Amino acid sequence: MKNECVDLVAKAHWVWRETLAVHRRAPETRLASSLSSIDIFVALYYGGVLRFNPLDPRDESRDRCIISKGHGSICMYPILADLGYFSIEELQNVCKTGSFLGGIPDPVIPGYETVNGSLGHGLGVATGMALGLKRKTSDRSVFVVAGDGELHEGANWEAIMFAAQHKLDNLHLIIDNNQISMLDYTDEIISHRDLSARLGAFGWDCIEVDGHDVLGMQATLRQQKAKATGRPKALIARTLKGHGVPGLENAPLSHILNPKPELIDSLLEKTQ
Amino acid sequence: MTVKPLAMRDAFLERVWQAMAHDSKIFFVTADFGSPVLDKIRADFPARFVNVGIAEQNLINVSAGLALEGYTVFAYAIAPFITMRCYEQIRVSLALLSEVRAMNVNLIGVGAGYSYVVSGPTHQCYEDISLMRALPNFQVLSPSDHVTAAALFETCHNNKGPKYLRFDAQVLPVIYETAPPALSKGFHVHKGGEAICLVATGYMLHTALKASIELASEGIHVGLIDLFDLARFAAVELQEVLENYSGVVSLEEGFRGRGGVDSMLFEFISRRNLSLKMLNIGVEGAYHFELGSRTELHEKVGIGPQVVIESVRAFAKLL
Repeated sequence: MKNECVDLVAKAHWVWRETLAVHRRAPETRLASSLSSIDIFVALYYGGVLRFNPLDPRDESRDRCIISKGHGSICMYPILADLGYFSIEELQNVCKTGSFLGGIPDPVIPGYETVNGSLGHGLGVATGMALGLKRKTSDRSVFVVAGDGELHEGANWEAIMFAAQHKLDNLHLIIDNNQISMLDYTDEIISHRDLSARLGAFGWDCIEVDGHDVLGMQATLRQQKAKATGRPKALIARTLKGHGVPGLENAPLSHILNPKPELIDSLLEKTQ
Repeated sequence: MTVKPLAMRDAFLERVWQAMAHDSKIFFVTADFGSPVLDKIRADFPARFVNVGIAEQNLINVSAGLALEGYTVFAYAIAPFITMRCYEQIRVSLALLSEVRAMNVNLIGVGAGYSYVVSGPTHQCYEDISLMRALPNFQVLSPSDHVTAAALFETCHNNKGPKYLRFDAQVLPVIYETAPPALSKGFHVHKGGEAICLVATGYMLHTALKASIELASEGIHVGLIDLFDLARFAAVELQEVLENYSGVVSLEEGFRGRGGVDSMLFEFISRRNLSLKMLNIGVEGAYHFELGSRTELHEKVGIGPQVVIESVRAFAKLL
């Protein structure tokens, strides 16, 4: 684990720039949903929340991090490289022949646990892992990062019921609640209004936070993790899809929009 | 001494129950589906038994998660539901993920073909052989009696990778009275014949046996093979057997011409350039809501003993 003195805000800014740069080189990657989740991943990986071992990514003593919103996690490429899971030079090869860094991350990438390209699978697999860890009397935790859009997949709700029934308080669901699916605002498709109350009704402990306040999320996640409540835990992070990119931020079609290379270049120049 | 016939699931689950006593890494997951032997498992090993409810998608996902944590998982439900209700979970978190990560998950599907006789087409299962064979990392096991089903436990326990077990829901007569078939080849030669060899799986082995006796009385002596491993049978050995014949008949309690045992044998014969004519016995491609005994239903859809006898008789004249 990296030491806890990392300047999380500065690190998040570095990841934001690197994510833009990756997308500039590999426009096949999904940018907008990878920008909304940056602060979540920075809090998890640099904020002393997750235990992990880049030298042995499947180290039994790690906390498991299941990245269910596969497409929207391209920001993990610079994070994993920075932490030493693979060489930073590999970021030059995203989507190129021979690279393991694809348009959608797969578990051939050191640090990825499961297959994530198809949405709505991560939470269910994570509940099985959380149950397995409990039965092994392990004190490790399972974190799932999911998008709000993929909560439309019914299998999630089978897992949500299961986790509460089995008191999986070693299971953390972090929802990147950017409120935009591929074609529109989720409110216009099937609304997740009162998501916190809904999860609460299913027996989950739920906290809503500003998903771009990386320090606030760090504190909340550490507090949640420390408590043995007998209930699974959810963190609903209010985020902005396309965070920080004019024309992309909070645009209903941002999922499929690619900013022009010149815009990315000027953003990278302005924000140095 | 004759062996008392048992349901395949009870014979198999008995072996799971026995193994759970000394292997603490076995986990049993059900989608609210039971059996008398399952009651022993949940009573004796409550910490390693979980009922996910009527939720097959989560059955697969929870099983995958447990397997990633090192458990040998047995997941249990009615055959059409454990294959088709959750096919994408099977594809993504078992077939795909097992390409990268070691996992041992065994899907036990009960209710092959028409074995839920009066329950109609939702509970009957004619598509699973094609669907499960389509997944490259899956082993597909289709026993013809409870002796084979029980013996397959060792295959499941000892070998990593995802597997699908296709069990009959009814108690079938015992085929292997003295000992189970050798499992490594994936098939068992019951008898040799003259021009024609019947290759049957599951319940259809019983139909093929009946038909072979009737045909023998007419002077048509057919060979008979029980094919119980539908994905990893020993190809060279099977070729050696089939080369003794000029015609082969596939028999399956699944749709004909839609990717099942018939397609597998067509591909096998074609790729190995064998000079064999083929006849395929399988369910004609339509859903039926009529009630009747299993034999009556089989005759209607083209897989009953009489249909088989008549078809093979006609096929013999072509050779």
